[in-house]
Amino acid sequence: MNEAVKTKSQLRHETLQANLIDRYASKGCVVTAALGEVTMVIPREHLLAIATELRDDAAFQFEELIDACGIDYAGYGESEWVTQEASAAGFNRGVNRHIIDVSARGENDRFAVVYHLLSMVHNQRLRLRTFVDALQPIVDSVVGIWRGADWFEREAFDLYGIMFSGHPDLRRILTDYGFVGHPFRKDFPLEGTVQMRYDAEQARVIYEPVTLDPRVLVPKVIREDNRFVSNAQQDPTDA
Amino acid sequence: MPEIRNYTLNFGPQHPAAHGVLRLVLEMDGEVIERADPHIGLLHRATEKLAESKPYNQTIPYMDRLDYVSMMCSEHGYVMAIEKLLGVEVPLRAKYIRTLFDEITRILNHLMWLGTHALDVGAMTVFLYAFREREDLMDCYEAVSGARMHAAYYRVGGVYRDLPDVMPRYANNQFRSDADIARKNETRQGSLLDFIDDFANRFPGLVDEYETLLTDNRIWKQRTVGIGVVTPERARQLSFTGPMVRGSGLAWDLRKKQPYAAYNRVDFDIPVGVNGDCYDRYLVRIEELRQSTRIIKQCVQWLRENPGPVIVQDHKISPPARDYMKGDMESLIHHFKLFTEGYCPPAGEAYAAVEAPKGEFGCYVVSDGSNKPFRLKIRAPGFAHLAAMDEMVKGHMLADVVAVIGTMDVVFGEIDR
Repeated sequence: MNEAVKTKSQLRHETLQANLIDRYASKGCVVTAALGEVTMVIPREHLLAIATELRDDAAFQFEELIDACGIDYAGYGESEWVTQEASAAGFNRGVNRHIIDVSARGENDRFAVVYHLLSMVHNQRLRLRTFVDALQPIVDSVVGIWRGADWFEREAFDLYGIMFSGHPDLRRILTDYGFVGHPFRKDFPLEGTVQMRYDAEQARVIYEPVTLDPRVLVPKVIREDNRFVSNAQQDPTDA
Repeated sequence: MPEIRNYTLNFGPQHPAAHGVLRLVLEMDGEVIERADPHIGLLHRATEKLAESKPYNQTIPYMDRLDYVSMMCSEHGYVMAIEKLLGVEVPLRAKYIRTLFDEITRILNHLMWLGTHALDVGAMTVFLYAFREREDLMDCYEAVSGARMHAAYYRVGGVYRDLPDVMPRYANNQFRSDADIARKNETRQGSLLDFIDDFANRFPGLVDEYETLLTDNRIWKQRTVGIGVVTPERARQLSFTGPMVRGSGLAWDLRKKQPYAAYNRVDFDIPVGVNGDCYDRYLVRIEELRQSTRIIKQCVQWLRENPGPVIVQDHKISPPARDYMKGDMESLIHHFKLFTEGYCPPAGEAYAAVEAPKGEFGCYVVSDGSNKPFRLKIRAPGFAHLAAMDEMVKGHMLADVVAVIGTMDVVFGEIDR
């Protein structure tokens, strides 16, 4: 990317950011810019109103919803293996699986829905994030604003159990017919809960509890990296 | 008067025109579609969940298996997202190699699409022609990565290794005559770049060949003109990208609008359609084949003249060369840490998108500062396109459903993930 293009896109991002802060900060929205992307966190009660404006207002014109997805923030920033000092024992690859404590996070910062918007007219993108209640994960559906949100919301419902009120047809989409649970939640085991096989005696396919042992081959570790720490201090807005 | 009721038809998941494992429940009034309800997920492998349990690099091969006819483009989207998080600048030669292979991938994908789309609609020959050329391109994949399809060639910070100086040749064998083998080896005497250059020289003629079979073909036009019309407004509403949105007349192409890799250094045009029907999308993709050839030729020329590193020399991200590792303690440590633990990008989130052959392929990566992605969301173009199935086929005949599935260029690896 040459310098002229870079500064132009930076300028566009700054204008967008300023516009968003100007317009929506009073409604409790938090606008941040990092890595050349603008993110706005919206309180969920304002989601529909703000999203409609973002689509229709000449200053934004985010006419296309590129993506919508759920996120489960349980266990964010937790290591599976903490090695602050030298230890005699290595990481146990077998059974000592790190269990994520899903109640560690507050009710309102476990699940979020993230929308990626695109404005073809202004050639810019925007990320919206809205946190939902962990006990009653319900958020307004944006299908009425962007028709393309239909399947993305069904997917978020299927995988995370986030409900979208006003969605015309909120069914499971990716998992099996009759599947129980929301598999992408952090407390759902990677191996699943049931396995399926053909049973010759009963002459049909049966489901039974999974027999795979949970294994972690490479532990999740977090390293304090000085290169990134100093970067963040020098230039918090844009990389 | 007899009672007339709609009836329901199950299309797939084993139907040959369902392009894999699409189960389509069609509500029909006679032969007219009243409602189409695609059931997907039969190929769901939870790629995103698997990615959360592995270091970043180990997910690259999963990307090949998403859209298994445009492998390297998916890899590209994924590594770009991580590079954004890490703040890595990729060497220029690697950018050109990526551009070259993205375009080879685009041709691979469009040939597959062209062959199967035409086959579904009733033209057999195009399929055979298209697969003949795919063979050469998969040989390029093999020469550069060792695998014909699932290459895992792109790495964070560049590509795995430089282009080979020698194009592998066929050995004489008992199944083919020596003369036949010699003819096949004619173009393989030089380097990989020579082979690609030769391909790029003869490919436009081959595209003409496909066009003589289809473009003015009466049956082809009867089956595609005016079928599955999408207006530009609806295309944006329905989250369309790629040829699906260009077929409707919107000149939107990430390679031009938000250039990545070396796309701002090469010369090419974006074809757009007018009517937004299956035929226009066909014309758009055919023209993309020609434009890809143009890009390939420019990349080949640049790559010939400009040797250089193909991956960043930061050994916190890319492993040191094998021979350094044998003699140098620090390289050994880097190597060990990279392959047992990987690298830890700073906490944050990044979305990177590439113009994959099917549309915008994006990866949204959330990092919590650990060596594994906290959340990876794959934005597959086919997912959004297939979601519009109901709208596109409503009121059409049953046979047109096949044409619409063809024009969407659906591949279930990426839709089901």
